[in-house]
Amino acid sequence: MSSLSSKVQEVFDEPACGKNQAKGEKERKKGCTKQLVPGAAAGGCAFDGAKIALQPITDVAHLVHGPIACEGNSWDNRGAKSSGSSLYRTGFTTDINELDVVYGGEKHLFKSVKEILDKYDPAAVFVYQTCVTALIGDDIEAVCKAATQKFGKPVIPVDAPGFVGNKNLGNKLAGEALLDYVIGTEEPETTTPYDINIIGEYNLAGELWQVKPLLDEMGVRVLSCISGDAKYKEVAYSHRAKAAMMVCSKAMINIARKMEERYEIPFFEGSFYGVSDMSDSLRNIAKLLVDKGAPADLLERTEAIIQREEAACWQRMEPYRDSLKGVKVLLITGGVKSWSVVSALQEVGMEIVGTSVKKSTLEDKQKIKELMGEDAHMVDDMTPREMYKMLKEAQADIMLSGGRSQFIALKAKMPWLDINQERHHAYAGYDGMVTLVREIDKSLRNPIWEQVRRPAPWDIEDASCTTQDSGTIVTLPGNDALPLNLAA
Amino acid sequence: MAIVTHLKKSCAVNPLKMSAPIGAALAFTGLDNCMPTLHGSQGCTAFGLVLFVRHFKEAVPMQTTAMNEATTIMGGYDNVEQAILNIHKRAKPAIIAIASTGLTETKGDDVDGYLSLIRKKHPELDEVALVYVSTPDYVGAFQDGWSKAVAKIVKELAVPGLPVAGQINVLAGSHLTPGDLEEIRELVEAFGLKPIILPDLSGSMDGHIPDNFSPTTLGGTTLAELRASGSSEFTLAIGEHMREAAQTLQDTCSVPFEVLESLTGLDTNDRLMSLLAKLSGRPAPNKYRRQRSQLMDAMLDAHFFIGGKKIAIGAEPDLLLAVGKLFAGLGAELTAVVTTTASPVLEHLPTQEVLIGDLEDLEQRAAGCDLLVTHSHGRQMADRLQLPFLRMGIPMFDRLGAAHQVTVGYRGTRSLIFEVANMFMAAAHEPGPDDWRHAAPTGAECGSCTPAAAH
Repeated sequence: MSSLSSKVQEVFDEPACGKNQAKGEKERKKGCTKQLVPGAAAGGCAFDGAKIALQPITDVAHLVHGPIACEGNSWDNRGAKSSGSSLYRTGFTTDINELDVVYGGEKHLFKSVKEILDKYDPAAVFVYQTCVTALIGDDIEAVCKAATQKFGKPVIPVDAPGFVGNKNLGNKLAGEALLDYVIGTEEPETTTPYDINIIGEYNLAGELWQVKPLLDEMGVRVLSCISGDAKYKEVAYSHRAKAAMMVCSKAMINIARKMEERYEIPFFEGSFYGVSDMSDSLRNIAKLLVDKGAPADLLERTEAIIQREEAACWQRMEPYRDSLKGVKVLLITGGVKSWSVVSALQEVGMEIVGTSVKKSTLEDKQKIKELMGEDAHMVDDMTPREMYKMLKEAQADIMLSGGRSQFIALKAKMPWLDINQERHHAYAGYDGMVTLVREIDKSLRNPIWEQVRRPAPWDIEDASCTTQDSGTIVTLPGNDALPLNLAA
Repeated sequence: MAIVTHLKKSCAVNPLKMSAPIGAALAFTGLDNCMPTLHGSQGCTAFGLVLFVRHFKEAVPMQTTAMNEATTIMGGYDNVEQAILNIHKRAKPAIIAIASTGLTETKGDDVDGYLSLIRKKHPELDEVALVYVSTPDYVGAFQDGWSKAVAKIVKELAVPGLPVAGQINVLAGSHLTPGDLEEIRELVEAFGLKPIILPDLSGSMDGHIPDNFSPTTLGGTTLAELRASGSSEFTLAIGEHMREAAQTLQDTCSVPFEVLESLTGLDTNDRLMSLLAKLSGRPAPNKYRRQRSQLMDAMLDAHFFIGGKKIAIGAEPDLLLAVGKLFAGLGAELTAVVTTTASPVLEHLPTQEVLIGDLEDLEQRAAGCDLLVTHSHGRQMADRLQLPFLRMGIPMFDRLGAAHQVTVGYRGTRSLIFEVANMFMAAAHEPGPDDWRHAAPTGAECGSCTPAAAH
């Protein structure tokens, strides 16, 4: 446990994190996890975060050591896609029982690892610690070490039991597990001057694939994506990349920073969401690679691709400009750097009436202010009731958010678009931005809004309904196509 | 009669089972103006919440005592107290219902004790009903948590009283959907009886659009109804796992009861009709006589397609019994049967063996079957085995309408029979010229399809 708490301290004190460094000594020590309020908390635990971060590694067996809740209630519920193995979508758990709680679950865990290796022959087994097994003192590190020695396959402990903190902390602890046990343990067959790592991209809805054709065209090779559509060995030899891009704000900043320290892999923080961000990311990838010795013509080639893609992208969004002009958007996101999406949506004429900045840095907030003006409606933590009110009173025309708040919008009979983990559409890169705009347009234009907002017959003033002369055709407001003969 | 087997393997693969605390939480969700709360780390609640949201496609109110390392070791009194006060302040529910988790049970928090301390300390909570049920994650399954929660609710809240004529309790098991409960309410009311359905997910999770935003449950059994359940004339418990709650009501409030193992199938609905007729003193309404006749006709039409088929089922015990018996009663064979937890009903299943296991076990036994019946997590195996797949149970996250799947009553049974028969019809093999050549018999034989059945 002491090693875990020192790890937690370590990831809290992140030198590469601007937000963290802006704090005073004392505040920094407290870490970045807000103290949770019992009875008024929402969101996943550290285990959840660790699982989100690592589960996209496809050829690994992800074994959860704990009671049935941790895996049984949650397995196969994320949208990370694979081009190969589907082993990562198989749920493995020790499903500990009362006797394990009393006598300890280490043997049970060891046997489970053996069963998995025998039956599924994975590239590696990742063992996730949970609250109960941490509390009873099961030493998963020791079990993993013994299993690795005995079976000759990597068995990796991921020590992020739920009760140490929130999802974001879990992301980082997962990163530590990779740094301690995986990265640098294998060598790639070949390397090129164009090898990069993409860190913190989970290939949700296939977004990595949405971006990859352009990287291919640039001649850039994704040596390793941590962890979207990754194979174990790709993560293991990721230390041979020339440069890295860190996606998804701060979730895996520790991996990027430590790989820079240990293996001199420079990184930049970028995003594939929004037109300008996508272009900046491609530029930055090219620049870092050239800095590290790749031929300089990469810069020109990249610039040419960017020019072409941007022009094509704006052209493809042009048809939506008329219908989306003045549409008011409420953008509630967790970690995604909203400001880049904000600027792209504004480009096609939409108005952002509010955006969440829960996980944004001061810098991000400054950028949002620049884009949305001084009176930008930035919300740290909007309660569901406030969201509902905003939508119900039509202060916004559409909400873009994660699944958790979906029904707040729908119950207010307002359009909603999923831009989080479980989304079915890919919104990355230039193509993704067009998709996002198209989806917003599709959602707003759907004829259902008019229908569901129409009053029920018994709520309409009786004059129009009940005292009609027989045989009169009444056309209901808002739907000319369906004349109803109410008296018939 | 089936033999019940526990498999001796260490690692559960592709779990069929979900945890008891979220079973309790969902039961609490069937109470009106309630805030279901898990005493555990925030993730315990988050996972349950996401699961229910994906299943019902509804916002689900659910809170947490947000335990961390330190509070777990020191004991969770402060967290329970704060959670109750915060929930009371923010959401103003009539009922705050708490279930424990593996975490707080391992530590051994005495929540009943905490609650009596909190009661003494905070008279402002006098109007709020507090219910607590102990549900360690490492004991039992979803259905067990539901069962314990309902038993605890009636134990705490039902008030003994003189029987009210025509009022009966319906204790609804976790295998019933909001649509099922609507059907049951209609059935009972058709006899002029007044049902108190407990818990009543049809009031809260039926997918309706409320007039305003509410941070608590949007409907369900009201606190007044819970109290009045002690003065009902009779209790109808649906599903064996509702026996404990029914027994509790009899012990504390002298309400007699009968457990119906399910309401899917002809004979069990016949039993329901005679019971309701006896309780109400009225004959069965004509529409049900008609529906019974329609069900028999459906059985006759469907038996051609269902008879002889091999079915693989993975479900919680009472759902398993309900649909398993129906299929077997139409001539199908329950070839592979896996469930989540021990139950007295298992040995009554018309099959050789019932395994308490996971979907890996089911997959190993399901090869060569004609139909897979389980919750949405069966989708990967249905794909691998190329089996027609009937989704039943929780979670059902890759289809719409989970809340409105109706399989109770003559009418619900009829529609389930049609659905299954249609699946068999759709998967039927088109004869080909080589079907009757016996030259090269292939390995596994398969109930209905001939060796060349690959499409």
